[in-house]
Amino acid sequence: MRKKYSFLSLIKNAFTNNENWQKMWESPEPKKGYDVIIVGGGGHGLGTAYYLAKHHGIKNIAVIEKGWLGSGNTGRNTTIIRSNYLWDESAYLYDHAVKLWENLSKDLNYNMMFSQRGVLNLAHNEHDIKEIKRRVSANRLNGLDTMWLDKNEVKDLVPIMNTENLRYPVLGAAYQPRGGVARHDAVAWGYAMRADELGVDIIQNCEVKGIKTDNYKVEGVETTKGFIKSSKIGVVASGHTSVLAATAGVRLPLQSRPLQALVSEPIKPVINTVVMSNAVHAYVSQSDKGELVIGAGTDGYNSFTQRGGYDVIEETVRAIVELYPIFGKMKMLRQWGGIVDICPDASPIISKCDVEGLYFNCGWGTGGFKATPGSANVFAHTIANDEPHKINAPFALSRFSDGRLIDEHGAAAVAH
Amino acid sequence: MILIKCPYCGERDQSEFTNGGEAHVIRPTNPKSLSDKDWGEYVFFRNNPKGIFYERWVHSHGCKKWFNAVRNTSTDQILKVYKVGDKRPDLSDFENTLKSPSGEPFVGSGNFAVKK
Repeated sequence: MRKKYSFLSLIKNAFTNNENWQKMWESPEPKKGYDVIIVGGGGHGLGTAYYLAKHHGIKNIAVIEKGWLGSGNTGRNTTIIRSNYLWDESAYLYDHAVKLWENLSKDLNYNMMFSQRGVLNLAHNEHDIKEIKRRVSANRLNGLDTMWLDKNEVKDLVPIMNTENLRYPVLGAAYQPRGGVARHDAVAWGYAMRADELGVDIIQNCEVKGIKTDNYKVEGVETTKGFIKSSKIGVVASGHTSVLAATAGVRLPLQSRPLQALVSEPIKPVINTVVMSNAVHAYVSQSDKGELVIGAGTDGYNSFTQRGGYDVIEETVRAIVELYPIFGKMKMLRQWGGIVDICPDASPIISKCDVEGLYFNCGWGTGGFKATPGSANVFAHTIANDEPHKINAPFALSRFSDGRLIDEHGAAAVAH
Repeated sequence: MILIKCPYCGERDQSEFTNGGEAHVIRPTNPKSLSDKDWGEYVFFRNNPKGIFYERWVHSHGCKKWFNAVRNTSTDQILKVYKVGDKRPDLSDFENTLKSPSGEPFVGSGNFAVKK
């Protein structure tokens, strides 16, 4: 039965101490085989299963997750959503996602808390201005709502920002009003619940140890709960994708690094938009609880420890305090790291490979959350039809031999 | 935060160093006969193991010399540091004592060094 959420159900459950909410999804034991196995129960993986079941009529699907749903980067990001990327290919992909975000709460009948509060990308020097204005122009040609704001307009939007008295003064910004934030857990849970209703098996606490292939054809996955057969496997395991790919004999151009984020103690609303700055490496937004959500950078070396170095946070916090002197005495509550898979051109890989029936959705690096619904949508198409959707065709693995790279280092907020 | 023992200066904080990616990557000796795919492999593809990783470091805020290290990427433990030109150390007898299939500790995932 479709679980419906409404204002009425909220009140009803409040009176029973919130103890009678229905279970959102089942946790079945894995079957012997499936038509499609998705490895990785984050937003991208669960979304892929949902779209496969909903749009492509495949019902016999399993999503296999080594921890709990959304315990990887889906639960570790800073929830920023935008589509102001430079190249046409990226603009189509990321805006496909933003358009899906706009209707996702309704589509899944689950509140994504998607708040289009706008995203600012600050310029701090002459080069930034040129690069950002170029990107704004490219965005506008692709029909995106990005615009250039001068210093005073930025100050109007974010009055607490110190624009003058700092080493790299704020000279202007790109602004995308349709950008914003969403609730990260809700994405995983919403997709999981609706996929479960469509018959998808969601298997948690089951780690995929390896992908079994025979003569360039997938046979199934070896897991901690035994071997599970399948002729189509989609790997959406972010930082661990290259480790899994290696078990199938596939090499991917990915490097895994810890990316950190931190949140402060909650305060009253002071910043009602998302502000990012590549040059001084600071980005911040305020959550609905009132915490400042701050994204730091990646460590400068490959690592799978979900921790990150202290000097990386120090650099970010230093920039935040200079840009917003009002935050100078705030306390930080939590800090964490997630392992991101970084691609040489800072664009994702959503692609088939040399092994028949093996598909990868990876390389999202430091900015995959914003693309969750779009990525899942086109990846489902790729798996169902064994052919990429026209939106993700340019994001094939072959671009690293034919040279058609999609260089988004300028638009990626965290330096790769 | 990790400590790295520079073979020239001794033990220093990692923030003094810059990582140079995978070590022992050899430039193709037959560039003219390489296919686009092979070139792509050489330019863009690097190993990314969870476990033993041979990598290059430079002591940027110190002696500015390059050297190689072997590190376990699942714990950040540095197993060996050696000079450029030295033979690649054999670590085949290294035993990963982490029992989980992906080489992670059972409790938490990144806090091995802390919890030990």
